[in-house]
Order: sequence, then structure tokens, then C-alpha cells
Amino acid sequence: MNQLTPNSSRMIVCDGNEAAARAVVLARPDVVSVFPITPQSSLVESLSQFVADGVLGAELINAEGEHSVLSALQGACLAGARTYTATSGPGLAFMFEPYVRTPGLRLPMVVSLVTRDMLSPQCVWGGQQDAMSVRECGWIQIYCEDVQEVLDTVVMAFKLAEHKDVLLPVNVCHDGNYLSYGVSRVEMPAAGLVDEFLGEAAVNWHIALDPARPMAVDPLTGGTGPGGAASFVGYRKSQIRGMASALDVFSDIHAEWGERFGRHWAPLVEEYRLDDADIAIVTIGSMTGAGKDAVDAARDRGEKVGLIKVKMYRPFPRGAMIAALSKVKAAGIVDRSVSFAWDCGPLHQDVMTALFASPVRIPLVGCIGGLAGADITAEHFARVIAATAQAAGGDIPASPIWLNEHD
Amino acid sequence: MTNEIRLHGRGGQGTVMAAGILAQALAEEGKWAIAIPTFGFERRGAPVSAFLRVDDKPIRSLTNIYHPDVIVCIDQTLGRAVNIFAGMAPGATLVLASRKRPDELGLPPTARRLGLVDAVSIAMELFRRPITNSVMLGALARTTGMVSLEGLARAMEESHFRDAGLAQNLEAIRRGYDETEVLDLKESCHAYA
Repeated sequence: MNQLTPNSSRMIVCDGNEAAARAVVLARPDVVSVFPITPQSSLVESLSQFVADGVLGAELINAEGEHSVLSALQGACLAGARTYTATSGPGLAFMFEPYVRTPGLRLPMVVSLVTRDMLSPQCVWGGQQDAMSVRECGWIQIYCEDVQEVLDTVVMAFKLAEHKDVLLPVNVCHDGNYLSYGVSRVEMPAAGLVDEFLGEAAVNWHIALDPARPMAVDPLTGGTGPGGAASFVGYRKSQIRGMASALDVFSDIHAEWGERFGRHWAPLVEEYRLDDADIAIVTIGSMTGAGKDAVDAARDRGEKVGLIKVKMYRPFPRGAMIAALSKVKAAGIVDRSVSFAWDCGPLHQDVMTALFASPVRIPLVGCIGGLAGADITAEHFARVIAATAQAAGGDIPASPIWLNEHD
Repeated sequence: MTNEIRLHGRGGQGTVMAAGILAQALAEEGKWAIAIPTFGFERRGAPVSAFLRVDDKPIRSLTNIYHPDVIVCIDQTLGRAVNIFAGMAPGATLVLASRKRPDELGLPPTARRLGLVDAVSIAMELFRRPITNSVMLGALARTTGMVSLEGLARAMEESHFRDAGLAQNLEAIRRGYDETEVLDLKESCHAYA
């Protein structure tokens, strides 16, 4: 039996890009379209190899650029195909026009974002600025902590995207460098069990290029003519409903994944050593492991620190975030990107918004680190923890702490 | 107990691949390992390094390594461009590809063990080009004992090679293992300071 489609689970050693590609093999998409870009390139090279080897039975389209990649997938999706691609930074920027159209078309694609800092200055390294730059485009966004979570989450993303109450495209984000090229041992789930988990592809029951049921796809909508405004508002509200549904649907999908495969990931936010904590650090993506190690080290020193990891970022899981923050007296938010509007990180901005809509009032410390491939180590997290403890005592920094400013 | 290894080489020599094969071999032997490479634009000849962390339990920190317990350098000229000993933990083990004598290598005085092999000559004989990664994995196994030749061989069988076949690479790790000279620097370290 080929190792890519095992009939029982088995341990392999690979990086996050290969893990995503192997997850795609397990999900059996019909059409994959690709254009390579650092740090995503090895992911699509793996997919091309799997198609060439016959273990991935998808139609592979090597398009001339990312705009065409996503346009081709839109057509395929409208024709009923399960679809996948992956991109990064400048590739995502070139994809932007079809990218913003996809959620409104309610096309359930899965697209990995192998996150990379945005130009300029010229940079080929990791950072979440690319994904964060498209956080208001209507795609679901999920961030992964380690290679195993990349593999499991890419599979789960297909089920989320295709759920009838959601029907939205999903970005599964994994950090450039630390996850794209970071190698670790992971468990490959049995292909047959994944087939049972995902079931039949349910892609285009609502909108289709189908001669048997002709329809106008994406006709001119809105304007000031009779019913135009109401029609447009109806579409937008429907999109918002799909986003809101994603929270519960993704939680159910994680529960089922845990039952079938024994790995119980937190679907929205993970609380780590939080129940008796005085303060918390809030993390997103591959920095989380070092953050947990830093929390353990602080606990060994007798400091009551916990960690809140954000997995689902769009829609923002505000209920879960408020429930977690209500347990502590202060929180230090670590962003791997910047919000140019607010002199803080985008995650920090979201947490502030969630707090304001709740009765919870605690001080927040904004920290920005890991830009352009920079490392966020246990020592950096120790500084976050110290600053957060000071904030709990009333000493709140007015502007962000740039963790790598002197590295 | 966590063991931290840093591998140095140049783009095209297979440094990153060596770290991946080592992680695979360690996993085959029941260990937990993570390997993270670091490089800029992908081009041949540019300095490349890879970090590997190994433990008996799962590893969460996906970070670089700043104070390696083991330093492996698979290129004999890289020391001119990069300080391959930067941040070395006291008492560290060094595994170096070189034709030079130990006292010509400018070794840091706190290093305790040295594995030395003329990896380029072996690679030229086996591959007709200076691709030294497999030779140096054999040298690492011989010098540290942290991984077995059998484990490396099993990991090699799982790998896909671009520049040579599996049999040649298995021969390369065996010759690297056999032809590495291992020196205890404890007594004589001041002579190399």
C-alpha cells in the first residue's frame, strides 16, 4: 500500500509544506491549480509529484500566475469540483481580484497560506502580514501551531468549507520557515478513515455551471433600482451568517476528528494552564510551542501564567476569547504582523474589540515579534510575561513592545 | 534531556536534507526531533544552516538554536565566511569536514570532542562531486553515537535523492562512519586554543 494513502495510521517525518500536500492527497480534490512562490514552493512541488506518481488523482493546472490559479479553481468549483491551492505573500497579492470574489460566490475552496512577511523591504521569510492583510475579505482563516496540526487542519478545512451552513472558502495558514520547512514526526491518518470522515464532496448544490439547471452566476446586483439594495444586503447578511455558523461547525468537526483519530485540537482558542492563572499570553501560529515552554518555566518560578492560543481567527471567536480572558487580570498579546492603522498588531486590535463588547475589563500589553523570519524564543516570551505582570499592577505600556528590536 | 545540533553548509550540498534525514532516523529510533533550516534566496553556494533539536519526549518549541551542543559543518571552506562556532555550548562536540590537522582548525578551547573526516575526497570518489551531506551523517553517528548507522540507513530509504542513488548514499554514510577520526579534546584543548 502506498505510504501516501495508508490503510492504517503510520508515523512519518516531514515538514509543514509536505504535511499540507499529504493532507490534500487524503482529501482527494478533483482540481488543483498551482504557481510556486517562496516559502510555499515545496508544497506545490510535492503536489505535482503526487499527481505524477498517480497517488493524487486530481487534474493539475500549472497556471501562469496566481490570478489565473484562483480563477481556474473558481470555474472548477462551479462545475462541482473539490479544489485546492496554496500561496504566499506576493502570490496572494497577485491573486487578490479573484480572491475577494470567492467568498461572495460561496465557493468552498481550501487554500493554504504559507505565511510570509509583506514587501517592502524585500523579504522572503515568514511573518503573518500577508494573511493578516486579507483578514477582512470574507475568507475563513485558521492558524496552525505545528506540523501535525497543519496536516489535520487541512483535511478538516474541506469539511468546514463544504458544510451547508458555511459554504465559504477557507485559508489554512501555516508560518513560513518555522512550519513550511520545519520537520517533525507526524501521524498520517488512515486514508479510508479520512474518506469516511469527509464523505462525498458537497460543492455546488447552490451555485453551478450545470446544463441541467441553468442559472446566471453572479449577475449584476445592488444599485438603486427596485429591490437592488435589498438583494445586495441579503447576500451580505447571508455571508455573515455563514461566517457565524463556522464557529459551531468547526467545533463539531474537531470533536468528530478527536473521536475518530484521537487528536483533540482546540477548534477556536486553546486555553493552556489558564484556570488558576493571574495573567495570560495570547499567541497565534507556530510561536505557540515556545510560548507554552515559557509558561511552564514561569510556573516553575511560581508565577501563575497561562496561554491562550488563537486557532480560528476569521470569524473571530469572540465568545471563546472573552471566556478565556475573563479568567485573568491582564493579557500580553503577541502579534507576528502589524496593523498600520492602530500602532499595534491586528490580533491585539481584535482582542480589544472583543473586550469592549463584553463586561470584562483587563489591561492588554501589545507585543510584535517574529517579523521577516525573526525568531520568538522562550526568552522573548519571558519579557512578554514580565511586561504583562507589570500591566496587571497598573503599568501599561502605551505603544507596542517590539520583541526583536535589538536582535 | 534535549540535545541541540546545528548543521552548517552551502546551498546545494544537502545540509537541509541531512537535517531532515537525521530527524527521520531519530524518529525511527523512537526519539522526538524537530529540524528547522535557515537560508535566504535559494542559490547554490550561499551559506545555509539547519537546527535540530532532539528529545525523548515531544518537542514544542519551533525556534532556532543559539547554543548548540553539537556543531556539524559539511563544507571545508565555510569557516572563512561564517563563524560556525558562534554561541557554542561549553563542552560541545564538533563534527567537521576537513583535510586539515586539528591544530590548524582554530577550534574554540571549550570544545570537548572532535570528529574529523576528509568528506570531500570521499564524496569525489563516490559521487564525482563534493556533495558531503551523507558522509557527514556517518561522521556524526561515529562521533556522537546519538544515532545508529542502521537508523540512518532506514531514513535514507525513505528519502528521495536528486543527485545520486540510494546505494551510493548508503556507502557514503558507511565510509563517513569508518573514516572519521574521533579525538577527545579534554586534555589537549589548550593546544588548540
